[in-house]
Order: sequence, then structure tokens, then C-alpha cells
Amino acid sequence: MGTDFYMNTEGRKGVLSWILSTDHKRIGLLYLYAVLGFFLIGVIIGLLMRLELMAPGRTIVNARAYDSLFTLHGIIMIFFFIIPGVPSSLGNFFLPLQIGARDVAFPRLNLLSWWLYVIAGLTAISTIFLPGGPPDTGWTLYPPYSIKTPTNVSGTALAAFIVGFSSILTGLNFITTIHRLRAPGMTWFRMPLFTWTLYSTAWVQVLATPVLAITLLLLILERAFGTGFFDPAKGGDPLMFEHLFWIYSHPAVYVMILPAMGIISEIVPTFSRKTVFGYKAIVFSGLSIATLGYVVWGHHMFTSGMSDVSSMVFSFITFAVAVPSGIKVFNWIATMYKGSVEIKPPLLYAFAFIFLFSIGGLTGLVNSAVATNVHIHGTFFIVAHFHYTMFGGAGFAFFTGLHYRLPKMTGRMYNFRASTVACIVLFIGFNILYFPMFLLGWQGMPRRYYDYPPEFHGNNFISTIGSWILAAGLLIMFINLARSLFKGEKAGNNPWDGTTLEWQVSSPPPQENFEKIPHITRGPYSREKNIL
Amino acid sequence: MQALVKYTDDVDAKMGMWLFLFTEMLFFGGMFLLYAVYSTKYSADFSGSSSELNRVIGTFNTLILITSSFTAALSLSEIKKGALQSASICLGITALIGIVFLIMKYIEWSAKIGHGIYPGSAYLNEMAHGKVLFYSLYFVMTGIHAFHVLIGIAVFIVILFMLRNGTVRENNSIKLENAALYWHFVDIAWIYLFPLLYLLR
Repeated sequence: MGTDFYMNTEGRKGVLSWILSTDHKRIGLLYLYAVLGFFLIGVIIGLLMRLELMAPGRTIVNARAYDSLFTLHGIIMIFFFIIPGVPSSLGNFFLPLQIGARDVAFPRLNLLSWWLYVIAGLTAISTIFLPGGPPDTGWTLYPPYSIKTPTNVSGTALAAFIVGFSSILTGLNFITTIHRLRAPGMTWFRMPLFTWTLYSTAWVQVLATPVLAITLLLLILERAFGTGFFDPAKGGDPLMFEHLFWIYSHPAVYVMILPAMGIISEIVPTFSRKTVFGYKAIVFSGLSIATLGYVVWGHHMFTSGMSDVSSMVFSFITFAVAVPSGIKVFNWIATMYKGSVEIKPPLLYAFAFIFLFSIGGLTGLVNSAVATNVHIHGTFFIVAHFHYTMFGGAGFAFFTGLHYRLPKMTGRMYNFRASTVACIVLFIGFNILYFPMFLLGWQGMPRRYYDYPPEFHGNNFISTIGSWILAAGLLIMFINLARSLFKGEKAGNNPWDGTTLEWQVSSPPPQENFEKIPHITRGPYSREKNIL
Repeated sequence: MQALVKYTDDVDAKMGMWLFLFTEMLFFGGMFLLYAVYSTKYSADFSGSSSELNRVIGTFNTLILITSSFTAALSLSEIKKGALQSASICLGITALIGIVFLIMKYIEWSAKIGHGIYPGSAYLNEMAHGKVLFYSLYFVMTGIHAFHVLIGIAVFIVILFMLRNGTVRENNSIKLENAALYWHFVDIAWIYLFPLLYLLR
């Protein structure tokens, strides 16, 4: 014992010791690098889009290329960055450590899910080079246009189908792991909150993703054989596609945000030197977000043609989701109240998350009211809203999690000053990039349009400048984190004075997670020492 | 390096299988949703087309598939008693029935395709919208179901080899148990497909 997991190659050499390993820690890192790779591609495409929109008329690409840019940006960011992001990378690495397990329940399926993810990613990228070219439908792939377009929609749908399989396997693995492999004494209500959110997320992954799978398969069959399910010319109904698509894709936004909330729920008590306020409230709000999230998909379709009754019901349930989300925010604030708050980089990123996510959440209420929704549907207001929740929320929480947990994963600490600077630059850049979009949307600028009248120029210009500031922030942040891998000081086993199990093992964790499976006798955020 | 500790058991494996079956239910659920909407919208066309399907083959396939679920369950109870030989025989019969099911499906499909009825055919596209959608649903639903049957047969053949080389035996039968669970799901899915597609009037 005593060797960390980097040293144990299971008799394989070089890269094979990674891509064939069934160790959850290695798979977690594989996922981390793959996910960050796709994030980078998505960011570059996003920057190109912003550059194009900097001035009216053609700036760098033609309209056709712009359509492909926003489609690829959406597909890559949603299916290959945010959905798998936190659960597959940080989740894989830390779930078994947090519950005192040796590994996940199905290590080989875990590896398979990474392979499927990579194959799916390459399939999505390959559409750029294959005949037909990249899709130009938007990531939602709405028919009838997605049936008619000559671009490579089928390849993209196949990629999302495969990555869905990967997501299902991860979810199935996590549920079984959490049910069956908790250490003795680790009762349900002694589980860390990050684990709890992974649990809620895993259920959504298992119960929603198959609906997307069949929808995409039907779309592929529609394009290949002309089955007619979504083709009005043959009696089919495109609206059915929208329903099926959002039955998955709305719950999917909770796959993105729930683990993010889990990350924040751990960091706030750690840096407040207090136990978390309202542990059970956070647990149950997470579960109810997962449950309610399953039945709000109709709010994407208020202008698509639904009965008024359904619209009102969907609108009401959507408002209801705001309640458990609000509960979490109040709990985080209440945890900090009268705590000895120590503002270190992870907490700083968590503050940025709470602020940005609150704006995203509150503007979500504007969208969920049917009357205002009709006004702003399909405008830049929506773009701003979901970037505040998905990027400002899930994305920033991912950064928060990286700053909190990377020292444990690598055993090395990054530079605090650089990460603080990065956080501030990111925060400023983010708001300059996305806040003008609220104004543009409110004024009526539609999303997914290549050109705009001159009166929208000002805000678009500011937004593009913001995108560069944001990119600079990302650059500082990632260089700082990458530098820590090679030049960082030794982090020590518990740099943040964390209380959950993963902080009790060495950094980086040993090959065998726990020499002896621990016996748990206290809650996850209790500040009594020595549980191993 | 120390020996790997076995830290999972059969209950874990079975739970994973059940979760997978949940996903299968929702996967088929998407098609049943389409069926529900379109059969309501085009009820006359649906019952009209339904009576054009071959009910004899449909009924025959239903009966043999239920029987195969029985032989799969029998194989499991045999292996738990330690009767490896008869477990293999039961499993072999199950796989064989699966193959017969697919052959009947092939005959049925070729007859329809021979008449020019398949998704996207010019002949079908000229028919009423309800008929187009019914036959598309028929081919897609039975096709995806047949694909599941095919996977089941492949899994059974692998397990037959495992029975021979001793990987699957009386105190290690979880692979067979999970395969049987999967097969029961394939069977139940068919039990819904059969009346919905063949028995409308």
C-alpha cells in the first residue's frame, strides 16, 4: 500500500494503462480530459459565432456556415460537455470515495461508457468532414426541416444516440453503487450532498435518456426510409417530435444543474467551517427538482401549438420548480451566516455560481409565464437565460468543483492569486458577454439569425467584446490549473479541512481507495475528527 | 499488488439489470406514445390496416415466445438445482424458439414488402395517411423488437458456452438469471405489440 493510483498500471504500458483501466479514478480523469477537450472545441465555435455577430452583415462566415456553427456549438456543449461533465468526471472519481466503496458497482460498464462517449464525440465531429456537411438545424433537430435538410443530421443524431447510451450506463452504475456499496454506517442521511445529487441525477439519466434515444432513432429512420412519423406530408406530426425531444431534453437540464448544486452544497459548509444548514431540505429539494423536472417539458413549446390548458399546467409546474431551487440557495446563504467564512478560490467560484445562477433562475420565471414567453420565445432573451443557468450555473460549478477537488486528484495545489484573478475576469467577461443578450432579446432580436438590423449593433458589439474577456479568463484559469500538475506545491491530504470521506485518504488517492473499509458513525459535515 | 477483492454480489448485478429494463420500457414507451396519438387520430385506418396483417403468424409467434419465456425460467430453476445438462437443453430450446420467431417474422415482412408495402414505398405513400403511419409503426416496432430478440439469442448462445466451460454454474448463475430477465422483457413487449398491431377491429 501507500502507492497512489497513478503508480499502479495494472501491468499495462503508457496510454493503455489508462484507456483499458477499470479503476474509477482513472476513468474519472479520462472523462475529465475528454470533456475539457470538447469544451475547448465548443468555446472556439462560440467565439467564432460571437465574432460573426459583432457587426451586421457578413463578418467572417456566410449564413450557411453560421447555421452549422450554432448547431455544432449546441450539440457539443450540451451532449459532450455539460451533460456528462460533472457526473462522469468528478462524479466517477469521487462517488466511491465519498461513500467508502472500493469502486463503482460495474467497473467494466464504466469503462465502456467512456469508450461510447469518445466514439460518439468522434461521430459528432466527423459530420463536419463527411458528405452533406455539418447539420444546420440547431441542436434541437426539429422536423420537418431536419427531415428535409441535405446536411448530415443522421450522423449527429447517431452521435447523440450513442452518447445517450453512455449516459444511461453511468446513471445505472451510480444508482446501483449508491444503493449497494455504501460503507457500513453510511446511512442514506449520512451521505455527502454531492453523492445525493449524483443519485438524483442518475435517476434522471436512466429514466429520461431512453426517450431521447428512441426519438433520435425514429428521426434517423425517418430520414433513411421516410417512415412519416414527423412528416406532415405523410400525416405525421412534427409536434410529436418536439414533445418526445423535450421529454428528455428538459430533464437533461437537471442532469446538468443538479450535480452542480451538489458541488456548491459541499463547498459552502467546508469554507464556512460549519455543518450545512438544512441537510435534509437540500436532499429533498434535489429529489423534488429531479421529479418535477420530468413534467415541465411543455414550457419549451408554448408557441408551438398546445392547448391553453396544457400551457397553463406546464407553466404552473415550471414555477413550482423554482421553489426547491430557491430552497437550496437559501440553505447555502444560511450555512454561511455566522460561519467563519474563509474566501479561498473554490468559494469565490461558488459565489460567482450563486450570483449567475440566481439571475438565470429568476429570468427562468420570466420565461415560464405563458404571456411573457410568447413575447420572448426564440429570442436572445432565451439564449441569455440558458447561458446564465447552464454556463453561469453548471459551467461555473464545474470550475468550482475543479478548484475544490483537483488538489485531491493530482496531489498538487494551484496558485491562489492566479485563480482569483481568473475568477474575477471570468465573472466580468461572462456578464459583458451575456447580459446584453437579455436586452437584445427583449428588444426582439431572434436567436439563430445570421444578420440583424443596425439598431441591435451596440449590444452585439459589447457582447462580442465580453466573449474575449471570458476567453481570457478561461485561459488564465486553465493555464493555472494545468501548471499546478507540474509545478504546484504538494497539496496535502486535506488542504481545505473538508469533512467528507475523500479528504481522509491521501492525495492523490491510493490505488485501493481504503485500506480498510471505514465504519461511519457521523454525518458528512460534522466537524468531529478521525473517522478512519 | 494484492489480489482483487470481490466487493459486488448478485443483488448488485440484478439491480443493474432491472434499471436497464426500466430504460428499455421508456425506450419502447416513445413508440407506444406515437402509436397512442396516431391510432386515436386515424382510428379507422388503423383498424383497417390491422386486419391486413397475418394473424395466424402473429398468434403462432405469441404462443412460441411465451413458451420460450417458460423454458428460460425452467433453465434457471434447473441450474439452481445443479442440473447443468437440462439447464443447457432448456436454454438451447429458448434460443431455438427465438430463431423460429425471427424466421416467421422474416416470412411475414417479405410478404408485405412483396406487396410493395414498406416505409417509403411509392405504393404505400399513395395510401391514406393513417395507413402509412400504421405500417411505419408496424415495421419500426416489430423491427426494433426483432432486434431485441436477436440480441437475446446471441446472449443465450454465449451463456451456453459459459455453461460448458463452467463459468456459469449452480452457485454462479447470475448471468443466466439476468439474461432470462431480459428475455421476459422482450416477451412482455411483444405481448403488448401483438394486440395493438394485429388484433384491432
